[in-house]
Amino acid sequence: MSIVHRPFVLLFASLILAGSAGIARAQEPEPSPSPEPTPGPAAASPTSKIFNPDIAVIGNFLGAIGENEVDPRPSLDMEEVEIALQAAVDPYATANFFLAFGPEGAEIEEAYITFPTLPGGFLMKVGRLKASFGKVNTFHAHQLPWTDRPLMNGNLLGGEEGLADSGISISRLIPNPVLFLEVTGEVFRGESGVFQAPERGDLAFGGRLRGYRDLGEAVNVDVGSSFAYGHVAPGATARIVGFDATLRYRPLRRAIYRRFIARAEAAWRRDPGIADASLLTRMSRGAYLSAEYQFSRRWFAGARLDAADRPETIDESDKGVSALLTYWPSEFSQVRGQYRRIRYAEGPTSNELLFQFLFSIGAHGAHTF
Amino acid sequence: MKLSSLVRSILLVVTALGPLAASAAPLRVVTTTEDLASLAREVGGDHVAVESIARGYQDPHFVEAKPSFILKLNRAELLIVVGRDLEIGWLPPLIQQSRNPKIQPGAAGYLDASEGARVLDMPTAQVTRAMGDVHPQGNPHYWLDPANGRRIAQAIQRKLAAIRPADASYFAARYADFDQRLAAAEKRWDAAMAPFKGTKVVTYHRSWSNLVDRFGLDVIGFVEPRPGIPPSPAHTFALMQEMKRAGVKVLLVEPYFDLKTPNSIARETGAKVVVLPPSTGGVPQAGSYLALFDHIVGLLSGALAGAR
Repeated sequence: MSIVHRPFVLLFASLILAGSAGIARAQEPEPSPSPEPTPGPAAASPTSKIFNPDIAVIGNFLGAIGENEVDPRPSLDMEEVEIALQAAVDPYATANFFLAFGPEGAEIEEAYITFPTLPGGFLMKVGRLKASFGKVNTFHAHQLPWTDRPLMNGNLLGGEEGLADSGISISRLIPNPVLFLEVTGEVFRGESGVFQAPERGDLAFGGRLRGYRDLGEAVNVDVGSSFAYGHVAPGATARIVGFDATLRYRPLRRAIYRRFIARAEAAWRRDPGIADASLLTRMSRGAYLSAEYQFSRRWFAGARLDAADRPETIDESDKGVSALLTYWPSEFSQVRGQYRRIRYAEGPTSNELLFQFLFSIGAHGAHTF
Repeated sequence: MKLSSLVRSILLVVTALGPLAASAAPLRVVTTTEDLASLAREVGGDHVAVESIARGYQDPHFVEAKPSFILKLNRAELLIVVGRDLEIGWLPPLIQQSRNPKIQPGAAGYLDASEGARVLDMPTAQVTRAMGDVHPQGNPHYWLDPANGRRIAQAIQRKLAAIRPADASYFAARYADFDQRLAAAEKRWDAAMAPFKGTKVVTYHRSWSNLVDRFGLDVIGFVEPRPGIPPSPAHTFALMQEMKRAGVKVLLVEPYFDLKTPNSIARETGAKVVVLPPSTGGVPQAGSYLALFDHIVGLLSGALAGAR
């Protein structure tokens, strides 16, 4: 009897103690650090909303003019509405939810908890995640410097959905005197734009090693190599290896007027031969090379070269070239035009003018670099 | 008996560690801006090693979240931020990726310097983005009043003493010395600016609220139509009319803005463009917090006297 009750008595006593300590603290006047302190940030907002997450809604409206027989887009399309919710869960974790609504319905784009300060210098994310494969795979639509994704991502890395799956990601910095070095290891259920997992054990794995170094205060280089492995059919696995490099220039004194970014990514994908489909083991490659230049406070010009094999066939590849112009009325909206020409493997060539209105409201957390 | 021996052994360990801590390596402090870095150096002396993320000549709203800053934060024992959403566009992902539990918001090694400061321009009604880049938590350029510099230094002193109790008296002495030098300098600055109380000026961005409040200048307009929004022809035209009517002779511009519009306003109205660094390190002469105000007051009083 007393054994059963003791924990409750203890709990009750500690609650009373905690409560009275709280009251004592509340009655004690806070030592004022200065003669005329202004009310803290919390006092500025209505208390009922303090614990609401940061909420942002991002609209991505796409239009297309011209000819495309292989991959036609609608003439005018409210392609995606993304809702981003972000907040601290407790002192140990933050949570991010990205819900996407489009003509095909709603989907969880990403939803994960981040533990940023685990012992041993580890950072862990658990949930539905975009895999850390290269650069473009991790971008949400509004982060892309183009209206579309490169052919490489469409052909080899699962298209719009990309390598995104339920799983766990762990990363760590590797201390060294020369550069920023980060290693990431990931395990996924195995169901994404690329992989399929008919069995529970058909997990997919990913890894990334990223290096970064400043070359002076205005120029820096960012390079990475990535790896993905998973099942594509019962008993058959595919693997993808990728490399990416980014060179950035942004003079600090003119940071809001000038910048230049050159990006390149390449990927090699090995698909298994499937006997009953009489398919041989195939190796497909894809790459893009892109550059953007900000020539005034609100204007960016850019170009991109694309090439990517088709993994489902042998010796077939698509090649494309794009030119872009972007106008930024503010940080929260942009208007973009992209002329795109693609020579598809089947023979036809597309000539299109794609245009985009991108707009966001609410509080959106800053993007990682 | 048992308890007292435990207490005694804890005391022994503490007293043994005391001198160790005092002779330990300098405390690694990272600040978001060079103003905070200078104040941290004033208080911390050679017991701290201070690095700033932003440079004084860059717009502190638009710093890039470079991974090299993650490395700085990874090793930091104290992070001092301006707060009031100034760093909202770049600091949160840096802190999260730092993998450093000491400097997470709310942890012992995180100091929001605005907490004890006198912050102006607090919105009194609902703010929307239609008003431009309005800071819902007040004007984050509050370090531009030397009285706030003192409050920030005091907050830093308290924080340093809390992290390194063995050095508390050292930090207190450093703070007292800084307080005295600042008070002497304030007399000098107030005297230099006294003749210009009530003078009307125009500024590019709303960076100078605390400075003009301190020295009694009257800002009648901004080159930006709304905070963070680049100049528009209609607004520039209206501003020039207003400047002519009010007889404004001085136009203050932060060094990271384009001078094209300010120069054409100056040509049209006869006002003088003064490029004024709002941060320590903005120009080589403004290498410390005190030198920044020496430089600002020198430039400003010279320009205002010339405009009479």
